[in-house]
Amino acid sequence: MRDIRLLDRVFMPGMLIGPFTNANPGLGGVSTFVGEVRSDTGVEALELTHYEPLTLPGMHQLADRAFARFDLMGLLMVHRVGLMHPGEPIVCVSAAALHRRDAINAVDFCMDHLKSAAWFWKREKRDGEWHWIEPREQDHSDLSRWQA
Amino acid sequence: MALVVLLGKLADLAGASTLPLPLPMSVELNWETLKAALPPALAEALDDPRIRVAVNGALLPNKSKLQAGAGDEIALLPPVSGG
Repeated sequence: MRDIRLLDRVFMPGMLIGPFTNANPGLGGVSTFVGEVRSDTGVEALELTHYEPLTLPGMHQLADRAFARFDLMGLLMVHRVGLMHPGEPIVCVSAAALHRRDAINAVDFCMDHLKSAAWFWKREKRDGEWHWIEPREQDHSDLSRWQA
Repeated sequence: MALVVLLGKLADLAGASTLPLPLPMSVELNWETLKAALPPALAEALDDPRIRVAVNGALLPNKSKLQAGAGDEIALLPPVSGG
């Protein structure tokens, strides 16, 4: 079961994970990561921009690579776009597999790629002013873990 | 007409997230003529090697080889900040 989506409004990860788990009968394990907008000091809002012709196709290519690399039964990858506030979920990745290691590693793999190589541009509003977020070195070193 | 789509902070430099470029059907854009048709502050930023270009949703391996014309959508893509 494969469910790859962009959402432009608030979502509840729990509402996705239950049906996803049920859609993979016979699984041995499910691993889920939910990322939320951090309540950093002064941050009032976060806005994520995407480019339709690249962003969702890029997420599908990432899912293809996860299925090729790990022994998966199912993969859920849901990402928010648009305006968000601290405490709101921004991403949910869930993997179902016969064995835990494939599920856990597939989620880790997808998250490292979403954080560094997916077609999203992010800006945050601090004290009433918008600031674009630059790529972080840490994200690139996270990605290099998978290049062996 | 060609449509230039600006992502991330390039939209701030352009003052808009899309810029329509009025073009006769016969005119072909290359990288230099595209930059000449854009606001100077934006054109100057585009030579940053980290900025990628897509034409009609397909990434160009080398933006300096851009070829586009009327009816095309040209996306200017700064480095991603990740999800």
